[in-house]
Amino acid sequence: MLISDFPLFPEQGSTVAGQVDALFIVLSVITGSVSILIFLLIFILAIKYRRTPQNQLAQDQEPPQMLEAGWIGIPFVIFMGMFVWGAWLYFRLARIPDNALDVYATGKQWMWKFQHSTGQREINTLHVPVGRPVRITLASEDVIHSLFFPSFRIKADVLPSRYRTMWFQATRTGRFHIFCAEYCGTQHSGMIGWVEVMEPTDYQKWLAGGSEGSLASQGEKLFQTHACNTCHTNDATARGPVLVGLYGSDVTLGDNSVVKADDNYIRESILNPQAKLVKGFGPIMPTFQGQVSEDDLLKLLAYIKSLGGAPAPSPAGTPQKEQRR
Amino acid sequence: MSSVTLHDVRFIEPERTRNYLNVDYGVFSWLLTKDHKRIGILYMFSISLMFILGGFFAMMMRLELLTPEGDLLTSDTYNKFFTLHGIIMIFFFLIPSIPAVMGNFILPIQLGAKDLAFPKINLLSWYLYMIGAFVGLYVIITGGVDTGWTFYTPFSTQYSNTHVFGTTFGAFIVGFSSILTGLNFLVTIHRMRAPGLTWYRLPLFVWAIYATSVVQLLATPVLAITLFLLMFERVVHVGIFDPALGGDPLLYQHMFWFYSHPAVYIMILPAMGVASEVVAAFTRKKIFGYKFVAFSSLAIAFLGFLVWAHHMFVAGISIYSAMIFSFLSYFVAVPSAIKVFNWTATLYKASVAWMTPMLYILGFIGLFTIGGVTGLFLAALGLDVHVTDTYFVVAHFHYIMVGGAVMAYFAALHYWWPKITGRMYPEWWARLSALLVFVGFNLTFLPQFVLGYLGMPRRYHAYAPEFQVLNVMSTAGASILAVGYALPLFYLIWSLRFGHKAGVNPWGAVGLEWTTSSPPPKENFHETPVVTWDAYDYPAMLKAMGETQNV
Ligand code: HEC
Ligand SMILES: [Cu+2]
Ligand SMILES: [Cu+2]
Repeated sequence: MLISDFPLFPEQGSTVAGQVDALFIVLSVITGSVSILIFLLIFILAIKYRRTPQNQLAQDQEPPQMLEAGWIGIPFVIFMGMFVWGAWLYFRLARIPDNALDVYATGKQWMWKFQHSTGQREINTLHVPVGRPVRITLASEDVIHSLFFPSFRIKADVLPSRYRTMWFQATRTGRFHIFCAEYCGTQHSGMIGWVEVMEPTDYQKWLAGGSEGSLASQGEKLFQTHACNTCHTNDATARGPVLVGLYGSDVTLGDNSVVKADDNYIRESILNPQAKLVKGFGPIMPTFQGQVSEDDLLKLLAYIKSLGGAPAPSPAGTPQKEQRR
Repeated sequence: MSSVTLHDVRFIEPERTRNYLNVDYGVFSWLLTKDHKRIGILYMFSISLMFILGGFFAMMMRLELLTPEGDLLTSDTYNKFFTLHGIIMIFFFLIPSIPAVMGNFILPIQLGAKDLAFPKINLLSWYLYMIGAFVGLYVIITGGVDTGWTFYTPFSTQYSNTHVFGTTFGAFIVGFSSILTGLNFLVTIHRMRAPGLTWYRLPLFVWAIYATSVVQLLATPVLAITLFLLMFERVVHVGIFDPALGGDPLLYQHMFWFYSHPAVYIMILPAMGVASEVVAAFTRKKIFGYKFVAFSSLAIAFLGFLVWAHHMFVAGISIYSAMIFSFLSYFVAVPSAIKVFNWTATLYKASVAWMTPMLYILGFIGLFTIGGVTGLFLAALGLDVHVTDTYFVVAHFHYIMVGGAVMAYFAALHYWWPKITGRMYPEWWARLSALLVFVGFNLTFLPQFVLGYLGMPRRYHAYAPEFQVLNVMSTAGASILAVGYALPLFYLIWSLRFGHKAGVNPWGAVGLEWTTSSPPPKENFHETPVVTWDAYDYPAMLKAMGETQNV
């Protein structure tokens, strides 16, 4: 058997992989040496002071009580170091670079569907360019799944209730595993695939291969077939608000509260329009819950995003709590 | 060891032939008993059957995982097996194990009491447990359940077409057994201590059971509410957890872990109590830092309530709440570390007897340490993103719950076996089983840390081929482990007839349970004991023994 058939450490495929591994290795060294120290101590003491005819009863001497303060204080300080490092890394994983490429993923019992903003769709395979941050917007059509890229050291649960985002920047070309990490029923262990990391030029070639038009243009068609355009004419006097420039802007609601128009707000506006009424409009928009699939919803989202918006979209990865009411 | 004088010194207790086992006979004398000792035995029987059943499912899974393809079982069967393994081992074995068996049997004796505060409620607890267990068995026979022991929504409420209702109903009922047991212990510890048995004279096992009972009493009702809402949504389709109905799936996870994280401490705190008892008895020493060890149990019980969302770092909670839960999770590690250090320090200048219970507990300390330090990895936010929901987590919690709680249960079983049955187990075989368990356990679960870091997700029926070697190692270890666990079944039963008579105090240990005959009389003591010594006070005991010897 080749050694490559029997890996003991995962490949590093993304910019954060090395950082996660660094924390892992440092923690292993610290906890490993403390554990070995404890084991040795137990072993040595238990042998040295084993019961013999001469050693029938423990001797009176105790180790000094000062020890107590030491082994409460020192571990605590070390633990706090671990906490800070771990939290710092988590924040890094949550901060999505600005120039990220957008990809949309839907989890469904039991497959992963990926849609690119250029309109390509693929199942259980994801093509991405090397060296460029990729942001994935995630949705589930049924139960909770979890999109896991072991070589990139990231995963995120995929919820049926709202969008989540994750990102990575691949550092080398090749094929890497995609796993579903949250148990989701019969074929959970079959909900796997590959991410193909390509040279940018190869990626461009791959993109040039056929598609049914960009995701936004597909969304625009849906916008017409679902008759959204009858109300959202992009005219200030229309029955529905203007959607141009909406994405990422602040929306004032009927009760004068202000919300940010991020992915989850737009999702909710379509699936449950009565939840947050835009100031100056009545509850006339019908609900599209159950009528638009998650894939189509993502296309509509891509279309609305393409209509332009406030410069910096919400720091995705800072998961907004969904407010259903 | 047997040649030595101290070992043979015993409290002189008038030889009485009547004990709790032979006061009366017949099935109903057991099924309607209010004697805490007999109820403890009833639990021992029932949870042993559950342990065998849960072990069977585990073994089938390990066999399936010998090859990367899912070839031995179908996916649905595999999913049912890991679900049933988890549910049985957690709700029907580990949670009742040490408290309901050893707590029932030993706690009142350690307190110098005649029984628990509410003997009838104690019997009721066992019946609730049995009803829950029968509901569970009914589910298994009629087709099983495939949600995982965590019952995550909306899979459990809308998508699974297996017996979710029956299973959660069974767990719901067993919950009440646990609540009532906790209540019973709390009242007993407060109200029924023997004269002179002040709080700081209590054995550390009592402190541990006290802390456990607080958790059982406060956390289990939340489980009951959660499972009730789940059943309600599944049957009536009101939107509580299912987003399609307007519910929130994360609400379920919050509520579930609000119980299930503290439940980890329901399993491990009693194990820590056993460790303290055994370390003291087999070093003939007072546990170093008695008060620190006692209060660390309470600290764990309290802090255990504040860390539940560390199971949800990738589930979609806000990064700020994740930060707080990570921070608090490191706090709960401190009292656990205190205990490990204190047990180790107790060995210093001790008189260490390498007998089976001590072997199990030395193993326990080692494995619990590994389980604990790998928890530090999982509490580190950025690292948890990679390792959560992988075999790393599986290995971590098996180190705590099997390497920790189950090892301690076996230690307790061997330590108090002479008291419970009046017979000694065969030492050689018992040492062999302790060794096999230790070796088999490590071979099973160490490779799983590596698998997890490599990225193998948990609950996978089939897996990528490069994970095979480590999986084969794990299955090989599981086979050794199975032999290690099966041995006691045979030699303990054998000892009931052929074991040496134990006498009052076979270990030369201190503690009220070692001052009454083995097996104890129905009322535990012939006269109410008066306690004049501290816990683990070997000099005082020697003096007392010296006096009785001179009689
Ligand atoms: C019957 C008219 C009508 C139709 C059809 C309609 N909408 Fe609306 N829409 C409204 C009104 C009125 C509002 C503002 C009140 C509210 O928030 O519900 C609105 C709000 C929105 C908003 C939030 C806008 C903001 O400024 O915050 C979005 C996004 C949206 N609609 C998208 C859609 C999409 C996509 C469709 C088609 C699938 C659609 N709408 C169909 C009337 C309509
Ligand atoms: Cu899935
Ligand atoms: Cu899955």
